[in-house]
Amino acid sequence: MRIFLRTLLKRKIALAGTGVVVLILVLALFSPFIATHDPMGLDPGVRLQGPSAAHWFGTDHFGRDLFSRIVYGARLTLIGGMGVVVYSVVLGVAIGVLSGYYRQFGFVVMRLVDVVMSFPALLLALAFLAILGPGLTNVIIAVGINFLTRTARIIFGLTLKLKEEVFVEAIRSIGASNLRILARHILPNLMSPLIVQATFTFAFSLLQIASLDFLGVGVPPQIPSWGNMISEGRIYITRAPGVLLFPGVFIVLTVLAFNLVGDVLRDNLDPRFRDQFGGR
Amino acid sequence: MFRYLLKSIASMVPTFLLASVLVFSLMHLMPGDPAGVMLGDTATPEDVQALRVTMGFDKPIYVQFYRWFTGVLRGDFGQSIFFHTPVLKVIRERAEVSLFIAVLSMALIIVTGIPVGVISAVWYNSYTDQTCSGASMLAASMPTFWLGLNLMLIFSVVLGWLPSSGFPSIVESGNLRDLRYLVLPCVTLAAPNSALIIRLTRASMLDVLKEGYVTTARAKGLSEVVVTMKHAFRNSLISVIAVVGFTFVGLASGTVITETVFSLPGIGRLVVESVLRRDYPVIQGIILVIAVAYMLVNLAIDFCYTFLDPRIRIT
Repeated sequence: MRIFLRTLLKRKIALAGTGVVVLILVLALFSPFIATHDPMGLDPGVRLQGPSAAHWFGTDHFGRDLFSRIVYGARLTLIGGMGVVVYSVVLGVAIGVLSGYYRQFGFVVMRLVDVVMSFPALLLALAFLAILGPGLTNVIIAVGINFLTRTARIIFGLTLKLKEEVFVEAIRSIGASNLRILARHILPNLMSPLIVQATFTFAFSLLQIASLDFLGVGVPPQIPSWGNMISEGRIYITRAPGVLLFPGVFIVLTVLAFNLVGDVLRDNLDPRFRDQFGGR
Repeated sequence: MFRYLLKSIASMVPTFLLASVLVFSLMHLMPGDPAGVMLGDTATPEDVQALRVTMGFDKPIYVQFYRWFTGVLRGDFGQSIFFHTPVLKVIRERAEVSLFIAVLSMALIIVTGIPVGVISAVWYNSYTDQTCSGASMLAASMPTFWLGLNLMLIFSVVLGWLPSSGFPSIVESGNLRDLRYLVLPCVTLAAPNSALIIRLTRASMLDVLKEGYVTTARAKGLSEVVVTMKHAFRNSLISVIAVVGFTFVGLASGTVITETVFSLPGIGRLVVESVLRRDYPVIQGIILVIAVAYMLVNLAIDFCYTFLDPRIRIT
């Protein structure tokens, strides 16, 4: 943590990234206090207006306040991203560690993981949503499948390496059980790469969730997610470019911020694992 | 080398089988009766029963899989519920525009991604490097649909240089001028993938430039261009080519978005339409076709490896 903070101070761009992350967090936590209007409140009298003192980012085709919708959208963005991270990390680690530790089990499971990874992520998510139907929970499940396999792949490789380390052999020779080795000695050593993986997962899952919302198969259209706002407003972009501009800028800023923070974490957390991440 | 290639081909068989099982089970994962879900809430019980029988849902699951899988091997992916025509025919009709976009975007990705990555690495930490790295980071953080809509707004609506949507078949008309319909979609699709290739080429070039043989080449008095192109670049190409496979998967996801943004009648758009119509056989068919295409791309990459990397040729 200390190394991370020191690097942050040295690399201004990463500091800016952290600033954006904090900003989104504040928006999400205090949405009711920050929003100036009701995000669902219709006001046909002020349709498709540009930014003004009353509506900071302008209004959409129903006269809803764009700024307030973006503020509430931050909440959905964080819930979606966190959902995918928690779900893909928990299952990915379980699958990866067990596959790396128990070779026969791993041989079969990793084959399956490879196959799932050979399907394009968005297509797989679309197929799952076709089965599960729309809604935030289902979006998280559908998007998480792909990230789960990536996490499992990385953790599998690391566990294989760790298992051969002298300290694991030493602990086994004094009679430690498999469960104890896994829980007390292997898992703690996986923390650094996991944190890095979680950051990138967060960033790219946001892009995918937004894409699914844009395609109209994500969260229901009236809910103010950033992807939905662009999807709904796209036919009005010539009259009110704000409906395209503002939600989009927030998506880009958030993803960029998490990518920058991820880059710094990768370069500084644990040099032994630096090679494990391709940068995406 | 021959044995290595045979092994690559042989390893495709279990992967294909597993992929088929997975795609098949997708349809049977859904809660409730598949026939009922496909027909929607308004269907009568008789309709549901009739569809169950025509689709074979009343048979045991292994019989259903056997029928479906042997069909797939013969190129029969079943019937589309919406179009009432064979799935493969539906896919084939939509393939032209998707193939055009994929090939043109891939060319664009390679032509922009690799040189920019090499330049970034050679001029490491210069302003050029920082600008290129920053731009690629930005492109990778941008939602494809947002980039597409912005390009459409600027180049079609405001400037009026390029058409904003649609695509007349070039194969039918033979009019190459219609390729201008694909300029914006291809740029949209290529941008995030180019960013990935830039980052990887740069990283792999930086690794290679640190190698002893590059120092030796410099010490021999070779010019910087020869050192970079002949000694460093050729060796970094091996890891870059591996990424082309990944990029292919990225392209397949990207076409779904791009074709929706620019209203192009391609396979990507077909997937979204099929999801909204719950036309499962078409979804299954497309996913399997793309998975097979990905396996073939990987096989092609394996072939490339054997030519690029002598270490593989010997083993």
